[in-house]
Amino acid sequence: MIAMKMKKENLNDFLEAIKPFGTLWGPVKNGDNFSLEKIDDYSKLDLTALRTKIPFKKLLTPPKFSMFSFNMEDSKPAFDDPQKRIIFGLHPCDLHGLMIMDNFFNMHYPDPYYLERRRRTAIIGLSCVPDEKCFCKTTNTHYAEGGFDLALTDLEDFFIIWVGSSLGDDMIRECPQLVNENVDHDDLSKYIQWRQHRESSFKMEMDFTGMPSIMELSWDNPLWEELGEKCLSCGACTIVCPTCPCFNVFDEINLKQTEGRRIRQWDSCMFREYSMVAGGHNFRESRAERLKLRFTHKLQAFVGKFGEPACVGCGRCIDTCPVDIDIRTVGMRLKGEEVMA
Amino acid sequence: MKALAQEKNPYKPEPMRLIRRYPLNEDVHFFQVRAVDMEKALHLNYLPGQFMEVSLPGVGEAPFSISSTPSRPGLLEFGIKCVGNVTNAIFRLKENSVFGVRGPYGNGFPVDKMRGHDLVIIMGGLGAVPLRSLLLYALDNRDQFGKLYLLHGARKPDEMLFREEFFHMMNRDDLECFLTVDQDDTGKWQYNTGLITRLIPRLTDIDPEKTFVTVCGPPVMYKFVVTGILKLNVPKHQILMTLERKMKCGVGKCGHCIIGGYIYTCLEGPVFSYWDVIHMKGLI
Repeated sequence: MIAMKMKKENLNDFLEAIKPFGTLWGPVKNGDNFSLEKIDDYSKLDLTALRTKIPFKKLLTPPKFSMFSFNMEDSKPAFDDPQKRIIFGLHPCDLHGLMIMDNFFNMHYPDPYYLERRRRTAIIGLSCVPDEKCFCKTTNTHYAEGGFDLALTDLEDFFIIWVGSSLGDDMIRECPQLVNENVDHDDLSKYIQWRQHRESSFKMEMDFTGMPSIMELSWDNPLWEELGEKCLSCGACTIVCPTCPCFNVFDEINLKQTEGRRIRQWDSCMFREYSMVAGGHNFRESRAERLKLRFTHKLQAFVGKFGEPACVGCGRCIDTCPVDIDIRTVGMRLKGEEVMA
Repeated sequence: MKALAQEKNPYKPEPMRLIRRYPLNEDVHFFQVRAVDMEKALHLNYLPGQFMEVSLPGVGEAPFSISSTPSRPGLLEFGIKCVGNVTNAIFRLKENSVFGVRGPYGNGFPVDKMRGHDLVIIMGGLGAVPLRSLLLYALDNRDQFGKLYLLHGARKPDEMLFREEFFHMMNRDDLECFLTVDQDDTGKWQYNTGLITRLIPRLTDIDPEKTFVTVCGPPVMYKFVVTGILKLNVPKHQILMTLERKMKCGVGKCGHCIIGGYIYTCLEGPVFSYWDVIHMKGLI
């Protein structure tokens, strides 16, 4: 990694200069929420945005797309999304989520649909100060040393720019006049001050270490039934989760039944049909079982496989759940800790 | 629309031709297929216990255990029961029609580890489909295995899958073959009657430490069969079973076959040992 700095007023010129690297996408205020949108007007870019309602995954594995077009004899893969993109404003939680997704879609059988989009995407990270729903410190994802081409740390009147890849370096080379490569001791002090301020801003901290063994002992915990009673099976928690990759595949055909498309669409383990097989048997019939799968996946089994939880502490599911099921308090209750109402 | 990806597309089915089909019993049909591309047909490598995704444009995809053995290359065989959308459409296919198949997927049986051991194959009902692959594989490589036992149970004589094949095997001297039906409604059944568990005590001269037992059948069968096998002192990790889940993509991505939080059945299964079953929650 290389560090340099850039005056804040240079940001728009910088974004203009890196246009050849792709269409700019970034957080935009959208009612009470933020959403990740195509940026035509830099003034709409909102640097104060914490979490976009739907994370970056919508650009890399879109909610619904065609995998193949076919007629009754032949099928052709459809890569109908060849444009280059820059995603601006991913915070450390999302950068960790992105690294989890990259690894997931790269392993075993590499997924060409994700990887092709990913290859055409440049990532610019952005620092943040947490709100009351952020718990990335608990999941140890509050700093990101990877996952980006460039990352900006916002220090009031200037940014520290972290160059994380050769593509990021290429972007800087487009506008060397806008950056200053000399990061001095004063800048370092400001950076350390900012870190201390940020660290002290976390409202809710828990200890998620040792969660796998707690989960192992919690297989029959009555909490699952209790949460199952509350859960609406709406699947919103999985839709907004930056590390949930599951999808369904189905065919759409024209009326003449001569040609059609094989469609891939986001799916959710919260849905009843998710584990149902032909003949009607359902391996996870109850909502309690489905909730348990989601939490076991995020907090136990993923840790066993990859040494870290599949939860990056972004707070989206907490923000979105219509019945206030909160992964933090679920963890605390499983650990027998008292939860403040 | 351009095909630009650097990766081979793992979701792209290979065109295969339905060579012949016939009923195995009232609900289950036998399907013999071959890749249209002869080179691919001859070089399709797979293991007993692996499965393929059958892909019908406009209908969808579903996973099926391979019933043929890789020791007889060229043709792939399946035993398919008509239960859902995809299988209904498969049952409408006529001989010589071309459709999509992709795979093989899953871990399959660890035949390299099983070599040199005695092998007990216990199949009930539809469980005959995947285990027939292993049985034929062992017979084709007979000198690589020790003693070989087949225990096969069906509800009624007419329901027994591959029964003609197994009747012939009764005459072989390199295989001990026990067939049973829960009840004989024909009055013509010449073999055993009663539950398959009653055949387990006949496995008198196996060396449990050097034996692999493979089990596949309806869910209710596992518990009783495994209890019987454990009494013979076969180690838990040498009792293998193949399990069913909703293996939709087959390549560890779509998530539907996940169990116990992060086991993709399509990658780490469908063959699991009894030790897996007791330490991985939610497997059975």
